[in-house]
Amino acid sequence: MTSFPEAARIALGDSQLRHNLRNATTTIRDKRARVVAEVPDWDELREAGRAIKADVMRRLDEYLLQFEESVQAAGGQVHWARDGAEANAIVLDVARAHDVTEVVKVKSLTTDEIGLNEALAAGGVHAIETDFAELILQLDGDWPSHILVPAIHRNRSEIRDLFMRTIADGRELSDDPRELADTARLYLREKFLDAKVGVSGANFGIAETGTLVVVESEGNGRMCTTLPPVLVTVLGIEKLLPTFADLEVFLQLLPRSSTGERMNPYTSLWTGVTIGDGPQEFHVVLLDNGRTRVLSDQVGRQALHCIRCSACLNVCPVYRRTGGHAYGSVYPGPIGAILTPQLRGVANAKSLPYASSLCGACYEVCPVKIDIPSVLLHLRAQTEKDVAERIAMRSLARIFGNVRLYEWAQRLARAGEGPARRVPGPLASWTQTRDLKPFAKETFREWWSRERGA
Amino acid sequence: MNEARDEILARTRAAIREGTPPDPLARAYRTTGVVDDPGRVALLGERLLDYRARVEHTTATALRDLLDEIARGDRIGVPRGLPETWRPANSVEDDGLSTHELDALDGVITGCTVAIAETGTLVLAGGEMEGRRALTLVPDVHICVVRTDQIVETVPEAFAALLGREHRPLTFVSGPSATSDIELERVEGVHGPRTLIVVIVKEAS
Ligand code: SF4
Repeated sequence: MTSFPEAARIALGDSQLRHNLRNATTTIRDKRARVVAEVPDWDELREAGRAIKADVMRRLDEYLLQFEESVQAAGGQVHWARDGAEANAIVLDVARAHDVTEVVKVKSLTTDEIGLNEALAAGGVHAIETDFAELILQLDGDWPSHILVPAIHRNRSEIRDLFMRTIADGRELSDDPRELADTARLYLREKFLDAKVGVSGANFGIAETGTLVVVESEGNGRMCTTLPPVLVTVLGIEKLLPTFADLEVFLQLLPRSSTGERMNPYTSLWTGVTIGDGPQEFHVVLLDNGRTRVLSDQVGRQALHCIRCSACLNVCPVYRRTGGHAYGSVYPGPIGAILTPQLRGVANAKSLPYASSLCGACYEVCPVKIDIPSVLLHLRAQTEKDVAERIAMRSLARIFGNVRLYEWAQRLARAGEGPARRVPGPLASWTQTRDLKPFAKETFREWWSRERGA
Repeated sequence: MNEARDEILARTRAAIREGTPPDPLARAYRTTGVVDDPGRVALLGERLLDYRARVEHTTATALRDLLDEIARGDRIGVPRGLPETWRPANSVEDDGLSTHELDALDGVITGCTVAIAETGTLVLAGGEMEGRRALTLVPDVHICVVRTDQIVETVPEAFAALLGREHRPLTFVSGPSATSDIELERVEGVHGPRTLIVVIVKEAS
């Protein structure tokens, strides 16, 4: 496992930054609350969302076959991948079949989970990330490291300097956000217009019709799924919905929960191949990578209902204190605490189920009513194999639940921080298990801004 | 790859073999709206303004003049099925323009299939008057003409209106493209059209 990132250590000292990030989380939380309050049937929508997802899990084999048939009938090709390596190999094969060394890509957590960009790079194919925040990271050389520094950590003059060094073509830039966005637009536009292969994730796949759905803001999702003649989409098997009309529920739940908007700027739906419109070759990769393992646990299974809105992150007191990197996974926050241990096997992420004070705020806001606290308790019961472990883990949980204790432990830990040093004090067990990294900088923005669910 | 397929299906079946059947699905949410016609039109306009779109109200007879005024003689792309009366003076029909040719246009005029008032959303369904997706994506200005009888109040009503068009490429547009990634400041138009102009045409009745 990666040692505590250098970048995070620097960011730790920046109290202004931490302050800004806390503000950002609060702003979005409040926005969400406002737009949810104006929906008179929010509870009915949540209940429908929960029930649809429960049905998907119970009949997943049927829906998978139906989806495969629908996509094929619409002229698309369906691939199955048991794990990340298989999925990556399929995408690489498509790129190679078209002789490209570059693909345009819209950010997705699923492709992060399997390390697709790194795998493509190893195969000689560069994946150009087209989300604004991701572009900044890539240009800054953070890519292809796993350590992502969200764009919110870059102030506008840093972004200006970076762009002038890289993509501005010798032009002088001001630090006006509009001008900076225009610079990115211009640079990526050339890439979009000439791209041969696009790569995406998707928020939903419809079994009934074979339709794929991408929910986004910037328009890069539309670009990637429309302009290249060839498109490959990686879809976790849990992302299926039974019918086209089920989207009427999820397209109400997701935008309001995610960015606090009544609707996100752009949602793209496509089904196989349409002659004369968009990619004429379409591949979808159905990814397992631990999902069937999660499915086999009747209590833990509901983690697969997640639509990646990030509402539970914004309200989580532990997340707001520790930041996303602490979860050591592309899935941070309360949902990460229940999803990562199940995807990887509880033994490989023992401390994650303790990264919670069980306050229940995550359950309250979850648009598909995932009972995160119950799943956490269920997973804890599986990890507490002996007394020593139980005591260590429970003290960890206590620390997470208490602001003063946490800050005290944090000071202790920081004092002991070094490349190979163990953290002293009550957090020793944390660094020993090392699946939960202490004190990363706040990374709410990283997750939220780039993801929006895909 | 059939091996992977068989194994994933086998694992899935093993995982769900046991357990309680799912609860019956309750769709107790609203499927129809309550606002009257003028209220719906007003709501759509209001919600679009919230997204910083430009909204114009007009009548079928005044439409042509308004579109000419908006287009100001610029090179405006139009889908093949767009009626003559909706085409401003200098329009360019999309007969399979290349992406670079699309990029050289100043804007595009299309219709839509349905508009959702509650969420300020226009749904493009690849019809004769909407064109292919690239046409409304690459040019910098999108002028979308909405007839008042195309406006529904709720999202479920829009899905009802889309019945039979499920297999078409669909784009839900709610305002111009946006990012807030620079110090949380919202900037319109990273990649999609930076300007969205919605022209709402009152049905002559
Ligand atoms: S678990 Fe969290 S991210 Fe997933 S749907 Fe619920 S609130 Fe959203």
